[in-house]
Amino acid sequence: MSHQIPADDWFKAPSGGERLWIGLALAWCLILTLMMPYWHFKGKQNSTGEAYRVAPADFAERVNRFVAANTVGEDKGVAVVAPPPGTDVYLQAQMWRWYPVLKLKRNQTYRVHISSLDLNHGFSLQPLNMNFQVIPGYDHVLTLTPTSSGDFSIICNEFCGIGHHLMAGKIIVED
Amino acid sequence: MTTTTANDMGAPAAADEAPGFRQGNHQGAVRACDTTGLPVCLTAQLFIKLNAVLAVVFLLVGGVAALLVALTRWPSVHLLSAEWYYRTLTLHGLNMLIFWIIFMEIGILYFVGTTLLNSRLGSKALAWVSLVLMLAGALIVNATVLIGKADVLMTSYVPIQAHWAFYLGVILFAVGALVGVINFFVTLYIARRDRTYVGSVPLVVFGATAAAIIATVTLLHGAVVMIPTFTWAVGWTDQPDAAWYRLVWWGLGHQSQQINVCAMVSVWYLMGTLTTGSKPLNQAVCRGAFVLYILFINLASAHHLLVDPGVSAGWKIWNTSYAMYLAVAASMIHGFTVPASVEVAMRRKGFNKGLFGWLFAAPWGNPGFSAFFFSLVIFGFLGGITGVTLGTQQINIIAHNTLRIPGHFHTTVVGGTSLAFMGLAYYVVPLVFQKEYPAKALARIQPFIFAAGITIMAVAMSLAGSAGVPRRHWDIEFTGAQFSAGFDASAHLMMGFVGIGGTVAFTGLLIFLLLTVWAVFLGRSNAGKPMEQWAANAATVIQREHLTDHDEHKTPGTMVLVLLLLASFAVYYFANWKALADAWHVR
Repeated sequence: MSHQIPADDWFKAPSGGERLWIGLALAWCLILTLMMPYWHFKGKQNSTGEAYRVAPADFAERVNRFVAANTVGEDKGVAVVAPPPGTDVYLQAQMWRWYPVLKLKRNQTYRVHISSLDLNHGFSLQPLNMNFQVIPGYDHVLTLTPTSSGDFSIICNEFCGIGHHLMAGKIIVED
Repeated sequence: MTTTTANDMGAPAAADEAPGFRQGNHQGAVRACDTTGLPVCLTAQLFIKLNAVLAVVFLLVGGVAALLVALTRWPSVHLLSAEWYYRTLTLHGLNMLIFWIIFMEIGILYFVGTTLLNSRLGSKALAWVSLVLMLAGALIVNATVLIGKADVLMTSYVPIQAHWAFYLGVILFAVGALVGVINFFVTLYIARRDRTYVGSVPLVVFGATAAAIIATVTLLHGAVVMIPTFTWAVGWTDQPDAAWYRLVWWGLGHQSQQINVCAMVSVWYLMGTLTTGSKPLNQAVCRGAFVLYILFINLASAHHLLVDPGVSAGWKIWNTSYAMYLAVAASMIHGFTVPASVEVAMRRKGFNKGLFGWLFAAPWGNPGFSAFFFSLVIFGFLGGITGVTLGTQQINIIAHNTLRIPGHFHTTVVGGTSLAFMGLAYYVVPLVFQKEYPAKALARIQPFIFAAGITIMAVAMSLAGSAGVPRRHWDIEFTGAQFSAGFDASAHLMMGFVGIGGTVAFTGLLIFLLLTVWAVFLGRSNAGKPMEQWAANAATVIQREHLTDHDEHKTPGTMVLVLLLLASFAVYYFANWKALADAWHVR
């Protein structure tokens, strides 16, 4: 009985079905373990956590320089920015907007720097459903290659106060 | 030690070395249980009762909040305002995950440390200190939240800031829980010192001890993160680093869920024994699996940081896999040994027909059994499979902070732990409170209603989350946002099912609460006689265990069940890799 003091000879090696199952479980766990490093070498979607410390004011300044240099238009009063492929791209999160609107080219690679000026935010690209954490004080660098074109929305999926549900931005990908 | 082994005096082992109970150390403050004959320390009994009553009170608060949250996320109902939605969600998380479960767990520790070791409670004074601190902490937290001074959600990620009283309440509660855990360790010590028993502690005590060890580490993380946050909120110190806070907070937040896992598995073993007379097939295997929890589960903080900046891929992989998924292996082992022990017990009673004759003949009319077995199935098939998959480093990219996450943990913590604890309550009330449940027919169907509701809700959450619907979000229509965003009709349909499943689960919870409160305060006393059996079914009678001689290594039904689990696991896991491969390239 599980609630009673066991007989003294309780220490025994597993046998029968139990032993078989422990073997299967350990083998499965080994597969689970190996899949993650495998994907880092063979897969195209990885979170490396590349990040640099940055003061919010400094990050805002970099965003402003980036916007000033690459603005190509305006959407609902927000600058639309089309950076050259292969360059550094800046995306700023704050209560409760994503800034600016990014215009990228399909199958080109960008280094997207994301940070927050105030609280934690959640970068959530829809409808692809790709999600990354945005933390104030940290410049989170995603080396990103859009593989599909069209209009995508960025929503916030980390609670950031009463206007959390108003926080939506935009990425446009052209062929 | 066997009879042929010499003891350390060089003489043959005497009868007094045989494992079992010896003279208790209760000094009169004890009664023999009228049903099991086990010794019940009266001091421990008082605190088990107090902790259980408070647990149920906070379960009620958290449950009402749960209903309001579910009705707000149901798009066609959308009940609360944004402000009250986030406030209620904060209340829901804290009351369910912290107050209900930890009050219950301290009660469980007091029970297993005393009754199952034939000992008195370590210290009455410590028990009072623990209780008062936990209660004060919980009341302060709830009051601060309800007056609108802590709309920060359960995680309270800095730099979002609550009133300092909120953090103070959390600290008081954590210290109180730690004192309770220490009291359990003191009880283990004095039982050993006073030789109230000889031999190894029972499996259930071993599992509870594992939970208590994890709880100690968890609560220390809580202190490390909450104290500087409190001093910052008061204005004495600078803001803690936002990323550091997340790392250490999850040392509290995730690990406290591992206390739940450990306590729940112990309760599974206990309920298997109480309801079917099962006994562990191999104690070394069960205990070894608990040791794996202790050794590896503390790495789980990483599960919440898999797409965070500042922590490397290597760190994420090592820690999310608990070294090499050794804690997952532990859960898979318990997932076999628990049903296998029930299968053997049932087959020995003659329920030997086919693969699953033992399962169909199980005491499903006993809510202790049905709650325990549903807990096992929901935790394994839904909670375990989704948890490992979402916690895979790269797959987390298509899961982080979506409704898939609460979809997962409502099957571990609610369908798993809370349901198992409800099953336990169907025995605690008659045995410890010595009161009979009223309306037993209603109690018998309660686990079915609750399990069905929580399963519908959690599966719907998971599917909505797969479509990108965020967790902790008031309006997935994004009405009034600068740019349009939103989700398709199928996601909305799933959110409807979240509301419906949540309402059904709440109904099950309400039945449990009403029956339990009725039983405790107005129920018929059964003092002096055995508790009324939940099911007249022969399956529940423990004494008939050895009716037929069944080889305890033959558990074909359980083998088929676990192979089904492994197959479902593999399909779900690789389907997620496939879905990930369709995403944009990122590194």
